[in-house]
Amino acid sequence: MTFEIPKENNPGKIVAVTIGATAAQGGTRSRSVTIGGSTALPFHFFEGLHPHPPVVAMEVFDKAPAKYPDSLREYYQDVLDRPGDMARRCVADFGAELISVRLEGTHPEKGNRSAEEAVGVVKAVLAAVDVPLVITGHSHFEKNNEVMKKVCEAAAGENCLINYVETNNYKTIAAACLAYHHTLVAQTPIDVNMAKQLNILLADLNFPSDRLVMDPLTGALGYGLEYSYSIMERIRNEGLAGDRMLSFPMLITPGAECAKVKESRAAEKDYPQWGDEKRRGAYWEIATAMSLLVAGADLLIMDHPQAAKVVRKQVARMFEAQKEGMHGALRT
Amino acid sequence: MALSGLDIFKLLPKTNCGDCGVPTCMAFAMKIAQKKAELSSCPHASQEAKAALGAAGEPPVRLVKIGGGKGLEVGGETVLFRHEKTFFHPPGIGLQIRTSGGEDKNLEEIRQFEDCRADRVGEVLKADLYFISHDSGDKTAFLRTISSVKANSTKGLILDCPQEEALKEGLGLLVNEKPAVYLRKPLTETDIQTAKTFGTSLVISASSHQDLAAQAEKARQAGLADLILNLPGEGLGETLQNNTILRRSALKKSFKPFGFPLFARLGDDDGNESLAAAAALLCKYASIIILPRFDRALLYTLFTLRQNIYTDPQKPIQVDPKIYAIGDPTPASPVFVTTNFSLTYFIVSGEIENSGTSAHLVVCDTEGQSVLTAWAGGKFVPEKIAKFIKDIKLEEKVKTRKIVIPGFVAQISGELEEKLPGWEVIVGCQEAADIPTFVKNVNLI
Repeated sequence: MTFEIPKENNPGKIVAVTIGATAAQGGTRSRSVTIGGSTALPFHFFEGLHPHPPVVAMEVFDKAPAKYPDSLREYYQDVLDRPGDMARRCVADFGAELISVRLEGTHPEKGNRSAEEAVGVVKAVLAAVDVPLVITGHSHFEKNNEVMKKVCEAAAGENCLINYVETNNYKTIAAACLAYHHTLVAQTPIDVNMAKQLNILLADLNFPSDRLVMDPLTGALGYGLEYSYSIMERIRNEGLAGDRMLSFPMLITPGAECAKVKESRAAEKDYPQWGDEKRRGAYWEIATAMSLLVAGADLLIMDHPQAAKVVRKQVARMFEAQKEGMHGALRT
Repeated sequence: MALSGLDIFKLLPKTNCGDCGVPTCMAFAMKIAQKKAELSSCPHASQEAKAALGAAGEPPVRLVKIGGGKGLEVGGETVLFRHEKTFFHPPGIGLQIRTSGGEDKNLEEIRQFEDCRADRVGEVLKADLYFISHDSGDKTAFLRTISSVKANSTKGLILDCPQEEALKEGLGLLVNEKPAVYLRKPLTETDIQTAKTFGTSLVISASSHQDLAAQAEKARQAGLADLILNLPGEGLGETLQNNTILRRSALKKSFKPFGFPLFARLGDDDGNESLAAAAALLCKYASIIILPRFDRALLYTLFTLRQNIYTDPQKPIQVDPKIYAIGDPTPASPVFVTTNFSLTYFIVSGEIENSGTSAHLVVCDTEGQSVLTAWAGGKFVPEKIAKFIKDIKLEEKVKTRKIVIPGFVAQISGELEEKLPGWEVIVGCQEAADIPTFVKNVNLI
């Protein structure tokens, strides 16, 4: 029986989006990072091109989350309140390709720090590391808009990834991104149609498509992962089938989501069937990240150094196979 | 190509005898068309029907059973993406035991593996298989390992044994256990004879698609129906692509030699790498996943992923309707009400926990629907909520007389208060993420 590899020719292509700006591009980063550009499903080198591998960002905070698990404190305890030093460690020791600065402390209920303080944090991280930045806000519209406007202005030209806008609150931040040349995350709650609608709204503002990343919202392993997984597979399939409003790279947040769940925290002595908590902390994030990676994730914001390391290693290995000429030439 | 249900119905006896296990011929025909049943279940099918249905009647991916009793059934899948329908048969997770490992160490691993089970949303999560590798040259060690597994476990066995004589004796110990045989080398006539004699399924290994197709076809021609395919790549990237190519060929091209469950065995490392590979392969079509050593935390993680990915997207997982204690509540702690959609429960309970407040969470039976869907469907409405609260005797269990309902169903608060005399209904926030803020700002007790 003769066998032929069944290949699919996708009419669509995922938009390539660049984050960060070097001196030549008007910023101060040592290099920029490009994601997207794929013409096939994730890691399908046999039937398409993947010019840019998925990348791993790691997360620092203006204020450490109240319930930050011990499995992470172990790595960051001494620098948790010093975002610049924490960022340096993530890049130098753990191989982060981008740094996400989470400004949760500006939320009125979680510290109510001022926009000026947030700008200070972002500037400190920009000075501490030379990789591109993701700036992550929160759901308090009024305060978040105020903070993001100031941060966009202060980091003008750096082409940060501004994370995020949502359907009920996108105009102010999108305008600030346009004015100060940043890239933007459009976040919607695990729904293909809502994701598409927000992208259309942004297109109506003439927001350039090569500066847009989608966040379909991450559910941690055991906490809705399967919804995120299938929504991402559907979005990626639609994008490759030619729906331009669903053809943007996707961001996921396994770090923050896994750090919240009991499985990253609970001790083995209380839950003997769950196994060693230190290992489990890394495992939970690895399983969340790897499954969403095969569903279509292009940018992963991670917390656990071991998880970040192994995900980067697996991605690099998979892309090595592509370089070695496996594209279109799997051993038949 | 594929026949419609009606085409198939025309070929059936139309007697509605029910001998196939389905009440009517029409219903049976529909099941065959959906590849959920096989024509062989009908004892009265004519030769003409068998010939006509032939390929069209077989499911695109064979369902293969390993193990005695209920055993483990893998394969039988019909879609490439779970959102197209669902994945039906969760992969078997197994542990590799090497005869060179020594009897005491192996027995200890077997005991731990047997003890490894956990409850999650009403399901018992546990492993399914042992993969016994004969790598010591000592036949008696191989046979003792098999006996030891048999004595301590009801899980299925896959035997990986390069010595023919030892393999046959091993299989002789497992006449009722329906084991599988793993072949390290290309399929031979001897392998086929052994599989037929002992009625085992075969794991076929190859290093190229063409070779795998040739071996699978040879086995099929020899009358072996229960195959499992192993086509490992140089690394995870190649293995993932192989799995996709094999499954796509079976489902989209009806390429019969690849219409079988897929096998994956992971290398040894600190755990992180094998878990990373296992997670990706579990999503992409591996039906059997063999781990190099026992690691409870890794198994619990993988069990949870398997449960997530193999959940029917159209049937949400439900949690038991009852009162859940969040944190360490006393009778004076506040009371929240929500639905029994598992995700709703997880998110609401998680955010109450994050708020630092201990509380009672009353989870009503909404048949697994989320708050707004259940309200629209008449399952999360005042009379049902009030009845449930009375049935569970909430009044006797808590001192407070305030209950918090989800913000999305604010409109039911008045009616619910009428149905629950003596209670004050407080409208909560719409998003669970706002619960910590809500708890801070509203007096709930």
